[in-house]
Amino acid sequence: MPEIKSLQTDYDGPIESALSSISKLLRGHYGISKRMVALLLLQEDAEIERQVKEQEDENYKSIQNILPEVKSNYGHPLSYIIAMTRQQKVNNVLDSVIATRDKSDKGFAELLSRAMMNPLSGIIILFGVLYFGLYQFVGVFGAGTLVDFIESIVFGEWINPWVSGIANTIIPFQILRDLFVGEYGLVTLGLSYAIAIILPIVGTFFIIFSIIEDSGYLPRLAMLIDRIFKAIGLSGRAVIPMVLGFGCDTMATIVTRTQETRRERIITTLLLALAIPCSAQLGVILAILSGDGWSLSIWVGVITLVFLLVGFVASKAIPGRGPSFYMEVPPLRLPKLSNVLTKTYSRLQWYFFEVLPFFLYASVFLWLGDLTGVLDIITSWLEPVVVLIGLPPEASIAFLYGFFRRDFGAAGLYDLNTAGALVGVPLVVAAVTITLFIPCIAQFGVMLKERGIKTAIAITLFVFPFAFAVGYLVNLILTTLGVAL
Amino acid sequence: MELEEKAEEVLESLWIHHEDTGNNYLPIDEVEISYREGIEQLVKVSYVTLSEDIVQLTDKGRPFARNVVRRHRLAERLLADVMGTGDQLMHEKACKFEHLLDRGLDENICSLLGHPKVCPHGKPIPPGNCCQLQHHQGQRVVSPLSQLSPGQTGRVAYIYAPEVEQLQKLTAMGILPGAPITLAQNFPSYVFHIRETQFAVDEEIAQSIYVRLVNPENIGEAEAVERPRRNQTIGKLAQRLGLR
Repeated sequence: MPEIKSLQTDYDGPIESALSSISKLLRGHYGISKRMVALLLLQEDAEIERQVKEQEDENYKSIQNILPEVKSNYGHPLSYIIAMTRQQKVNNVLDSVIATRDKSDKGFAELLSRAMMNPLSGIIILFGVLYFGLYQFVGVFGAGTLVDFIESIVFGEWINPWVSGIANTIIPFQILRDLFVGEYGLVTLGLSYAIAIILPIVGTFFIIFSIIEDSGYLPRLAMLIDRIFKAIGLSGRAVIPMVLGFGCDTMATIVTRTQETRRERIITTLLLALAIPCSAQLGVILAILSGDGWSLSIWVGVITLVFLLVGFVASKAIPGRGPSFYMEVPPLRLPKLSNVLTKTYSRLQWYFFEVLPFFLYASVFLWLGDLTGVLDIITSWLEPVVVLIGLPPEASIAFLYGFFRRDFGAAGLYDLNTAGALVGVPLVVAAVTITLFIPCIAQFGVMLKERGIKTAIAITLFVFPFAFAVGYLVNLILTTLGVAL
Repeated sequence: MELEEKAEEVLESLWIHHEDTGNNYLPIDEVEISYREGIEQLVKVSYVTLSEDIVQLTDKGRPFARNVVRRHRLAERLLADVMGTGDQLMHEKACKFEHLLDRGLDENICSLLGHPKVCPHGKPIPPGNCCQLQHHQGQRVVSPLSQLSPGQTGRVAYIYAPEVEQLQKLTAMGILPGAPITLAQNFPSYVFHIRETQFAVDEEIAQSIYVRLVNPENIGEAEAVERPRRNQTIGKLAQRLGLR
């Protein structure tokens, strides 16, 4: 085969002459050939336009004058004309070297792919993935078996007594000791919860998510769900942050960057903050409610309804063009274990560096709050609201915790539940409210960074009363109907 | 009453001038010399007025001018998408062609081409009654991807995207004229194969990809009945054009 030294595409006459006259006018340094700069200019590349404006002071005007002249030759944008010419060139090259075989055999992957995209079988598969992946693996195995082991054995029997022992011998003051090993201690609360609860739950979730991601299932799910998501102002693409949100809403809020418009990003951020429980929270809530099928169904139903309703209203209220959906659907592939583990590892690493510090601050804040009595004051503010939605006053501390860590709130409910103080209708109301209630402190931090202070505060100010309003309504409806759970 | 070809050309010039500048009049100098005789007939039926060397389109003449342009641009589409005519030849042929697309023939062609919205040069084709009705019956040669049935295959004829951003998205996906394309699924979203890649898109995007159906044998049962009619339409036209 002859060696190809360079491959130049020749464009249409007017484009070629524009390219050469622009190239002659260019004086600056761009790190790419002048012809390339000229081509990008014709394609109206914003970045190169900025650079040219910066570097070509005298010639910038003359360069600009060339553009409308070339454009007038064509009824389509130049980027389209250029893309067509290039495609032609590519086809010519490919035709001479590629032979296509007729692939008539439809393998299992193809069958499975079709089943995933068929509305009927697709929904069955979705439920299968949710049940086995989310419920069994993350919920039962991660949040159940693993958490029990790490929390009660690793921390409860090994680490905590050991650290407490050390603290007791080297720290002479009780107050300072509490900072490390007390009820809200950095080790006993911050670190132990992070490693005992977060690590197994988020870790198992990230394993499942990486498998799903590498298999090629997500674009198929996106395609299946696009029509429904359009009703809430989003495109099918939004399933990626949404599904990720079931793992960690904080990470999902960062992933909204991949969405096309500001409008989509705001709606997704809002829904993540409001109606998508993260895996840590989900694990605890599933544990509380799984004893009773009805309670669980009501919780799922209310959260889904809120998700769709708020999304729908937000899509009407937030101005801007509706989203469009286009996505490559790659072939289904069997995920490679090494890739899954690498991804899970790097996500967990991110999680520990970005999110863990927030939880450590939270421990310090709670310790301070407890010390100064601020905690009691805020709890007393929350009490009347909590009582109003039909919950025992002790539940208010769970809501306060909920802000620092979503699962803390849920864990607070868990304690009340096992103590027998929270059962039946109030339990469901509490679960609904705490799911909707406020994003955790880390998520709020990311919202501030990604969406700006105004949007973040607006979302929080909406979510807070809204969560209690929904809790109030659910309580009202269930008690009026005389539902006994 | 039938208009002379030259009269129709004058109407066309007036319409295009109106599109470009928003003015519905034209100095007579700007009307091509060979067409000027046509003005007389137009004045007679009061489609235009002529005073002080200014030709002005009247309200009565408007729908006729619009129709001439519609026929011209449809003819261009037909020549480009179905007959594969090149750029140079296209305008010349279309000029002849447009005069033949009268008496409802334009609606047949328009349906055949999937009610295109722009001509190959990107100028708008004024919609006809058939476009408003959007009746899906009748076989087509060109059709938006959204109206194909799953399994139907063809080649991308052209893209109709009113917004540059959307066009750029599609070109980035490699959806360009000539690319072989097969619709795999049309609900709940549109899934198609283009070359070796599979994409899922929503209805809006599927509507903007116009496909030339290259393999009518695979199209289905209904087609067998419809095809003779289509061939007749094209045959009639070809005859009139002197192509056969």
